[in-house]
Amino acid sequence: MNDLTTVVDWSRWQFALTAIYHWLFVPLTLGLSVLVAIMESLYLKTKSEKWLLATKFWMRLFGINFAVGVATGIILEFEFGTNWSNYSWFVGDIFGAPLAIEGILAFFMESTFVAVMFFGWNKVSPKFHLASTWLTAIGASISALWILVANAWMQYPVGMEFDPEQMRNVMDNFWALFSGIAVNKFFHAVFSGWALAGVFVIGVSCWFLWKKRNQEFALLSIKSAAWFGLAGLLLTMYTGDGSAVEVTKHQPMKLAAMEGLYHGTEGQSFTAFAILNPDKDWDNDEDEYIFEIAIPKMLSILGRHDVNAFIPGVTDIIEGRDIIDGDTINTVPYAERIERGKLAQAALRSYDAALAAGDSVGMNLAKADLQQNFQFFGYGYFDDVKEAIPPIGVTFWTFRIMCYLGGYFLLFFVVILFLVYRTKLMEKATWIQWIAMISVPFMWVCSEAGWAVAEVGRQPWTVQNLLPTKAAISDIPASSVIVTFWLFAIVFTVLLVAEVSIMCRQISKESKKNLSTTKA
Amino acid sequence: MLISLYEVMKNMDLLKKIWFFYRDGFREMTVGKTLWVIILVKIFIFFVVIKLLFFPNILSRDYDSDSARAEHVRKELTK
Repeated sequence: MNDLTTVVDWSRWQFALTAIYHWLFVPLTLGLSVLVAIMESLYLKTKSEKWLLATKFWMRLFGINFAVGVATGIILEFEFGTNWSNYSWFVGDIFGAPLAIEGILAFFMESTFVAVMFFGWNKVSPKFHLASTWLTAIGASISALWILVANAWMQYPVGMEFDPEQMRNVMDNFWALFSGIAVNKFFHAVFSGWALAGVFVIGVSCWFLWKKRNQEFALLSIKSAAWFGLAGLLLTMYTGDGSAVEVTKHQPMKLAAMEGLYHGTEGQSFTAFAILNPDKDWDNDEDEYIFEIAIPKMLSILGRHDVNAFIPGVTDIIEGRDIIDGDTINTVPYAERIERGKLAQAALRSYDAALAAGDSVGMNLAKADLQQNFQFFGYGYFDDVKEAIPPIGVTFWTFRIMCYLGGYFLLFFVVILFLVYRTKLMEKATWIQWIAMISVPFMWVCSEAGWAVAEVGRQPWTVQNLLPTKAAISDIPASSVIVTFWLFAIVFTVLLVAEVSIMCRQISKESKKNLSTTKA
Repeated sequence: MLISLYEVMKNMDLLKKIWFFYRDGFREMTVGKTLWVIILVKIFIFFVVIKLLFFPNILSRDYDSDSARAEHVRKELTK
């Protein structure tokens, strides 16, 4: 293995590791903050002490998660500057603007209002306190918005023009950043946080029921979390449908990888379960699956909201097969894209030489050549069309894990809601209490699997069509990336252990108090 | 002049209130104290150990101007 491959692979693993750990904390912050704000609103409306105590209890757990998770995302920005310097320069102010807004918002909104949330009981008016709780929740979601807008741009780069002199993409339309991909991605991520918080609250509350402590508090929490989580999950599914349509339009190769689909048809079926054929390649006649259970026409319905729409597979896309009603999908064959990408890169080299020689005419000519083929710039890094195919197995299976668990949690919320209104049944059914407790980590698996689909499915690109991962990397020794990989693995594992142990201790301690009334 | 002095005093009063709000909040914390220790240790590790020792911004460190950085990336991306 040469050093470049090692640096690319370790940098990828390092980024994946830090992003996965960061995402352990974020969705709970996004969801629990809103649930706590709803509980506090109900307290203010009803003046019931039960809601006040529930608000304070869940707010404390929110605080633990917030404190342990805060700043874990900053590591990703460090990695941009060190491991991915070509990428971070190339994306230019497209990434800079959203991240700067995120930094300012996160700092001012969260540091101000989180403090009022925790320190402000009995010191500020109840309405001001409630406003602070809501603003903390809204601030957390707005923070996520900018990160997700930046990520969506990598999936679907729009609103910019490439300037070869600055060697950066210069933003020419800020609002174009809010593409369909960005909007769906934002709401999909935020609502999935609601579902995750719902499962978390139900799981913890079921532990109370199992221990027979504060059962009234536990049932109240389960009711609110189940409705909240169900709403979050249904909205996640709705925005997931929107994401599928956007992916079909703008990242057909990712959709094909999610399906393990090589040859698409009109009225394409959806693979509910399959065993992928490891011998299948884009240019051979092997079957795609060893075994398959398919739902007829479903992929056409999901991807294009049309029963008979054509969905291209990997081979179709590589061969540039046309799509009848789609000017949304580029149909230039990949072999031609590679050629045109190499032409774009040759033009950039000419531009560089003309710039060094102070030849403005040569610069203009080279720039015109570059612009002609710039949309395929990234393909010029490939020698074989095969390099442009994402890892099919990982994308296929992470997508299915997300879908299976999403379906499971829909059933979970419905069953919990059915049982929780039959109080005695919920209190006695230890089996459902155990299922709820065991389900908690699976909600995180579901959430992380969603990110894996989005990011692994985008490979081999960092910026779709423009910059592949292997070109985005810095010229640094592999050893330094390997050392920091293990450093992060240790630091983040310590943080995770700290969070889980502090949270468990806090839950256990609070469970022994009376959480239904402050009266003795 | 008198009005601006009054405003300064009022602002001082507000700053004092904010200061006491945070000070009392921190003093009354229980589990929060452990969390603050975690936050401070974490920020120290992230910004002092990790950032300074392992994660320099390569282009800022190695090149003095934006045009030099652009030239380096252009060469890197077309080699």
